[in-house]
Amino acid sequence: MIGWCLSVLAAHWRRHPGQAATLVLGLALATALWSGVQAINAEARQSYDRAAQAIGGGELSAVVRPGGLVTTPEYVALRRAGWKVSPIVNGWIDVGDGRVRLVGIDPLTAPDGTAALGAMANAPSDALGNGGTLFAASNKADRLRESLGFPVAEVAEIPPGMAFADISLALRLLDRPDGFERLVISPGGQRTAPLPDGLVIEAASATQDMAALTDSFHLNLTAFGLLSFAVGLFIVNGAVGLAFEQRRATVRTMRAHGLPLFALVIALVIELGAFALISGLLGIALGYAIAAALIPDVAATLRGLYGATIDGSLTLRPAWWLGGLGMTGAGTALAAAGGLIALARMPILAPARPRAWSMLAVSRTRWMVGAALACLAVAAIAGLFGSGLVAGFVLLGALLLSAALALPFLIERILSAASRAARSAPAEWFWADTRQQMRGLSLALMALLLALAANIGVGTMVASFRITFTSWLDQRLASELYVTAETEEQADALRAFAAEVATAILPIWRAEAPIAGRPGEIYSVADHPTYRENWPMIEALPDAWDIVARGTGAILNEQTARAADLWPGDTLRIGTDDFVLAGVYSDYGNPGAQALIATEAFVQAFPDAPRLNFGLRVAPDSVPSVMARLQNELGFEPSRMVDQAGLKAVSLAVFERTFAVTGALNVLTFGVAAFAILTALLTLSSLRLPQVAPVWALGLTRARLAQLEVLRALALGGITAVLAVPVGLVLAWVLLSVINVEAFGWRLPMRLFPMQWALLGSAAIVAAGLAALIPAVRLARMSPARLIQVFAHAR
Amino acid sequence: MLVRLAALILLIAPGFSQAQGFDGYGTPDGFRLPDPDTRLSFPADHGPHDGFRVEWWYVTANLTGPDGTDYGVQWTLFRNALSPEAAEGWASPVVWMAHAALTTPDHHFAAERFARGGIGQAGVFADPFEAWIDDWSMAGSGLSNLNIAAQDADFSYDLTLQATGHIVTHGAQSYSVKSREGHASHYYSQPFFEVDGRIRVEDETIPVTGTAWLDREWSSQLLGESQTGWDWVGLSFDDGARLMGFRLRSENGAAPTRGTWIGPDGVASDLPPGSLIMEPLETSETDGGAVPTSWRIRLDERSVNIVIEAINPQSWMDLAVAYWEGPVRIGGTHEGRGYLEMTGYE
Repeated sequence: MIGWCLSVLAAHWRRHPGQAATLVLGLALATALWSGVQAINAEARQSYDRAAQAIGGGELSAVVRPGGLVTTPEYVALRRAGWKVSPIVNGWIDVGDGRVRLVGIDPLTAPDGTAALGAMANAPSDALGNGGTLFAASNKADRLRESLGFPVAEVAEIPPGMAFADISLALRLLDRPDGFERLVISPGGQRTAPLPDGLVIEAASATQDMAALTDSFHLNLTAFGLLSFAVGLFIVNGAVGLAFEQRRATVRTMRAHGLPLFALVIALVIELGAFALISGLLGIALGYAIAAALIPDVAATLRGLYGATIDGSLTLRPAWWLGGLGMTGAGTALAAAGGLIALARMPILAPARPRAWSMLAVSRTRWMVGAALACLAVAAIAGLFGSGLVAGFVLLGALLLSAALALPFLIERILSAASRAARSAPAEWFWADTRQQMRGLSLALMALLLALAANIGVGTMVASFRITFTSWLDQRLASELYVTAETEEQADALRAFAAEVATAILPIWRAEAPIAGRPGEIYSVADHPTYRENWPMIEALPDAWDIVARGTGAILNEQTARAADLWPGDTLRIGTDDFVLAGVYSDYGNPGAQALIATEAFVQAFPDAPRLNFGLRVAPDSVPSVMARLQNELGFEPSRMVDQAGLKAVSLAVFERTFAVTGALNVLTFGVAAFAILTALLTLSSLRLPQVAPVWALGLTRARLAQLEVLRALALGGITAVLAVPVGLVLAWVLLSVINVEAFGWRLPMRLFPMQWALLGSAAIVAAGLAALIPAVRLARMSPARLIQVFAHAR
Repeated sequence: MLVRLAALILLIAPGFSQAQGFDGYGTPDGFRLPDPDTRLSFPADHGPHDGFRVEWWYVTANLTGPDGTDYGVQWTLFRNALSPEAAEGWASPVVWMAHAALTTPDHHFAAERFARGGIGQAGVFADPFEAWIDDWSMAGSGLSNLNIAAQDADFSYDLTLQATGHIVTHGAQSYSVKSREGHASHYYSQPFFEVDGRIRVEDETIPVTGTAWLDREWSSQLLGESQTGWDWVGLSFDDGARLMGFRLRSENGAAPTRGTWIGPDGVASDLPPGSLIMEPLETSETDGGAVPTSWRIRLDERSVNIVIEAINPQSWMDLAVAYWEGPVRIGGTHEGRGYLEMTGYE
């Protein structure tokens, strides 16, 4: 029985292949963005877990010295007091075209389960000692082998961009005589005896900072995924609703022929299940493609913003695609539940006429306004009393939802105002008819509002950031020309040359050493107005530059200051020396710790650091000629000179790439929303014959009616776009002043970009217009006979 | 769960023949070899012997609680050099490994520690004597008066050892031959300790007294390639005599024995090869497989015909390097207590 019922139901789809395609496409799109984002997140999370494990066992607490390193005698003292601790060093080593994060462990005492221990088990006999083997991720093994010239074992399980070594080899490669970032404590390995002076226990959670740090980014992606999933469901809701409406007559006939209700419901559920399965698989394939296309950019973003390294490749995990199918199934059930319930409750002999009119009968506007207010209250509570990233996202979600829920009410108000202002009968009919359609269009318009607001919000955030970043670059890159000498002799020659052509030559020497216990880089800074006037200081002691110039002070980048909670006036440990922290400066796009100390102090602390890098202050228009003379007279390779403009271009390119993912997701979400409008309008157009036919009979031509259809879509799109602007700005404000501060520790000013809104608004209107075009053309070409049929049918 | 790397390092150390115990080092690879002409000199020889591949400080104690319950305690420090060259700090090729165990009639607790040489986490000084790893230690003014202590989650002990006799050397002036191909070690013992102290079994602290035996041995190639393991006993008879004996098992089933008889007066005599007879009587199924935990031991020239039985047959040391080691009771022509160690049964 269910079999023939299914074949009857299927006949509908054979007659309406477009509708079937819409349903499948809607579901597939919803699934695709969602599962694509999930795939990216899963990949990244796995990389973090492996990295966190590699660095410190992940879930283990550790003994650390805030702002410094733990020494071998301290380690031995703890071991001899019964503490089961094991030292970890980590830092960066330069190889050819990049850096590798090197983690050194003591295989003899490392806690069981340490990733590095597992990696070393691949070649245990070579693991120990400083003549031992380096164990590296596949993507770096060759590089390391070439640049270091000793045995490197390639181990697939090692997180990308990382290498492990015995602690003695690691200390040697990092050129560090002694000192560990942390001593991880084996489970149950803590003793009650007090710790030596200056050492503290860092709780387990703090060692997982990478996952926490990048949470915002992944939450961001997830939010986008959910948003487009919701938008996709609007499409499905439209398509399923239409199919159910159109089959009311069929259903009545089958029921009248004795088909039991349960058989009908089962048949419908099977039908929906089949759709869900097909679309789900299609969506997952699409999602995989999206993820694969986006992941290189995601990897670049994570590297740029957080210094987190993830694989640039994807693995297909069963949990992921099963989860995606589950989402499709749940989404289908959600979108079709209303129609299914209505069909199940329908009396056998109920009139089979489409319910277009009845849709107007029940107005849910009031209910939705109530829900919008409730969401607003939730947002207010999250904004006023919440703290942290999650509260930020609750605030964001509640605000968006509130705006979406309030949208039909607002449009309704606008339309009724327009209706009152109408002077002619067709105009009055137009507004009234538009109001009448709102019920069917509201979901699609809500989707459009969400997509637009997200676009405006994220766009404003990125653009604000870009402006801040650009002016920061101007401050930071104050020298007109940056030069690296090949030898000390060439550096001396450069100095003599600079005395002649430049107003100043600023040594910018670099060394690597732990800063506040983190692997970091230290730069020398000359006492020169270039820095005093330009350096982008956020917070500083009044005489910061004097303190630095005296050699007793240092300045530190913002992210390290926030992470280590060190502020001007505190003591900062760099390598093995203590400095007064004189100031904190903004340092966008740098994942690591960075500090500046006076040139003399630098030379004293790092006597072996190369002294080859210089910034030259010259007249901007003389840069090309100075570069030419450096090349011809002093023999500088062009690759060893960078002018300010070139450096800025590179930095901006990095910045743009960082936000490429956001841009791509924005466009995709917007595309899905446009598709939602199309399907909603298609659904409505086939239901609306009874409304249109009388107007046609009264003398409005089909062409005029079609024009009005398009006009209506444009009007609704325009109204939604206008309403989306304030919502988007609130979103941007939340992103900049709540989410960004939590996620990056960067406080950024918000700027407004009306041109961007205008562009997006036009895009929304065009999208709505385009979506209305197909039903409009269909109406314009509809044979008069069909319109007459509306009257001929006895209803 | 991955196998502990430290164990792998030791097991795969060059020249190691198959997966045996800690004692199966084969070829010397630039390490020093035991020399029959070497004469020991104390206290210097209580300290580590650089240039040799493996060396140990090995204490076993037979103890009795106030209610007459038998207990056994083991404190062992192994020095393993991965290469003969010395290096400072973390670069040192020396890996220290320590085992501590406490045996009761019902339970056997064992723990291990590992440490790098060169940084002070573990080591041995000859004078004043101190051997340590983490918070485990064996220390005293000399080797005649020692304190040994070790602790782990389930057990701990703190014992004072007082020597009542002299140090004895095994083999020919400490040159102890292990195989027909000439594998040998330097080997001496202090088998005459009286013990007083406390043990902790889980949450219960128990005062104990008894006897202890210290073994010192170093070499670079202990066993031949065809040798699969050994059975060792250190027995203290109630009449004051001591017997050290071992049996080296080969792939072909041969198991030649050697040993030292130490009279109550402390005079040691090297036993002729094969004169000591060690026969497994009963095997017990342990975590490490079937292991003979009851033996008949005969030494006809001294009219010794005894049976030794494990106080706890489940004395399997389930550690990175695993073996059986536990206290035994002696019955037959002689009464007393001692320790039994068996390697290569896994």
